[in-house]
Amino acid sequence: MSTRAESPPSTPTQAAEAELKILRSMLEMRAFEERAAQQYQMGKIGGFCHLYIGQEAVVAGSFAAVRDDDYVITAYRDHAHALGRGTSMNACMAELFGKATGCSKGLGGSMHFFDKERFMFGGHAIVAAHIPLGIGLAFAAKYRGEDRVALCYFGDGAIHQGAYHEAFNLASLWQLPVLFICENNGYAMGTAVHRSTALEELHHRGRGYDMSHSAVDGMDVRAVRDQVRNVVEDIRANSHPHFLEARTYRYRGHSMSDPATYRTKQEVDTKKEQDPITTFRDQLISEGLLSDEQFTQAQKAARQEAAESVTFADQSPDPPLSELHDYTYARPEHE
Amino acid sequence: MRTLTYREAVREALIEEMERDERVFLMGEEVAEYDGAYKISQGMLDKFGPRRVIDTPISECGFAGLGVGAAMAGLRPVVEFMTFSFSLVAFDQIVNNAPNMLTMSGGQFHVPMVFRGPNGPVHALGATHSHATEPFYANVPGLKVCAPGTVRDAKGLLKTAIRDDNPVIVLESEALYNTSGEIEDADTDLTVPLGEAAVLREGDDVTLVTYSQTIPLVLETADKIKAELGVSPEVIDLRSIRPLDADTVCKSIAKTNRLVIVEQNRPFCGIGAQLTYAVQRDAFDELDAPVTRVAQQDVPMPYNEKLEDAVLPSEQRILDAVKEVCYL
Repeated sequence: MSTRAESPPSTPTQAAEAELKILRSMLEMRAFEERAAQQYQMGKIGGFCHLYIGQEAVVAGSFAAVRDDDYVITAYRDHAHALGRGTSMNACMAELFGKATGCSKGLGGSMHFFDKERFMFGGHAIVAAHIPLGIGLAFAAKYRGEDRVALCYFGDGAIHQGAYHEAFNLASLWQLPVLFICENNGYAMGTAVHRSTALEELHHRGRGYDMSHSAVDGMDVRAVRDQVRNVVEDIRANSHPHFLEARTYRYRGHSMSDPATYRTKQEVDTKKEQDPITTFRDQLISEGLLSDEQFTQAQKAARQEAAESVTFADQSPDPPLSELHDYTYARPEHE
Repeated sequence: MRTLTYREAVREALIEEMERDERVFLMGEEVAEYDGAYKISQGMLDKFGPRRVIDTPISECGFAGLGVGAAMAGLRPVVEFMTFSFSLVAFDQIVNNAPNMLTMSGGQFHVPMVFRGPNGPVHALGATHSHATEPFYANVPGLKVCAPGTVRDAKGLLKTAIRDDNPVIVLESEALYNTSGEIEDADTDLTVPLGEAAVLREGDDVTLVTYSQTIPLVLETADKIKAELGVSPEVIDLRSIRPLDADTVCKSIAKTNRLVIVEQNRPFCGIGAQLTYAVQRDAFDELDAPVTRVAQQDVPMPYNEKLEDAVLPSEQRILDAVKEVCYL
């Protein structure tokens, strides 16, 4: 399905350029992870590798609505969050390869992408254990009188953990400036949402904490951006938490080792028809902001960059054994 | 010099460090309006206000984790557990988040924070409230663990811990809160380094190593050992559990050739087990007898007073251990 632009895009306005930036960002996430999947199958990447493919609109849309110095923290499906923040594909692929040039020097791996310079406080691998950390980021901002907001992402599986509950209660009790974004992709590993909670609308959990809450179509990048923009504006002005449920879908298994037999091919195919990148592309083309050719070029550029990141990662050195003990304890220069 | 209680010394450390550094705050159950479950933070709410002395709901996992996040974002939290037995519901935050962050992030995020509160069995609190948690936490690289046993160390170690750039567990003792001791004047910026044991009493014939709330028992028993057995004991306070200062112990053994470890924790994989390993490695040729340990008996803590007494280190068990290593 391709929609031709009636005419070439006019000189892009700032708003239009921002839209194209979002598109490029999603294309980069997709290209990077498709390449990562290939490299995983080739045995270049160890451990677990959870892909965000299909969910890109959630990160791309929400990041487009916040400031670069807002705090970001997420769970283990974290590649898109780092890339979206501007961590290079080279640093991300090198991290997957466990190399010294990785965004966590090869010591973190797929589930632990960090980028302090870009206020990316990590991917975290114990389900829901980072949600208390997320409110700690918001607490620090409020303590210092800053108007920063903390964005705390987690999956639908996280909302049944005690850490989630305790953090939600504290966030509401102390009116911390945190946006909780539940990336509801329908499955906690292989367990469908309806098999883990009687609640149909997950964001209604906000009610129990007297916390404002909303849901958004997580396959629609504009909807995510606009909803996050509205909510964050209010959080920044009035300091409070909000629970946003983004309904999305992952095309791949829970991790690379999951054949996803708990759902039908038909279900996946149906969801793919709502693909966030294709949908957005079609919107931009129909609005005359993008041409087919420009899209193809952007996609090619992203794939090229992803391919180059593999070469970079391959050629990068392992972390030196001589530094094995260097990161166990902070040295005084941090002071 | 002046005399303070252990409780006052902890409070003084907190106040001084909060005055010194705006980034330091105190958070925990009943620390503010209630003045502290054990009155450690008495008066601190009035002094610093609710922004920096913060009451929490009963949510150890939540506020311990909040502390980790706040530390990553540049603050220096002091998280109080009403007792370290309750820290176990925050175990994931203390063990999986705080100490792993620096490595997982390739050195980008350090976690300068303190987890503190009373630790160890006290009296008739039963199995769930009597844990000596030091072996759990000392096992984890990235954590530092200390257990001040004197008034001076209660202040000096806590001040050092708050200034440290790593997560530090400061294990206090309810049994010691009311004890008094000498300490430098208030205007002294007293810090005590982590990882250095202290010789509390010099002697020639047997080394008694202990720490925290077992110190008073060991010092009292030391007098009896001298009087009744004619044996001159040297008493060492470990002060820090990780890093563990085995060198000071080995130097003492070079003089006494005998070691009894008196510890408040359980025997299996306990602190004494680690110290024994270090001693047999570094002072094997100095030992004239096998190292002997007086720890808790290896059972969940019973409520009954007589049974509890039997579980804990006692004067008799220490005397027996000394006789054993001295072949008396």
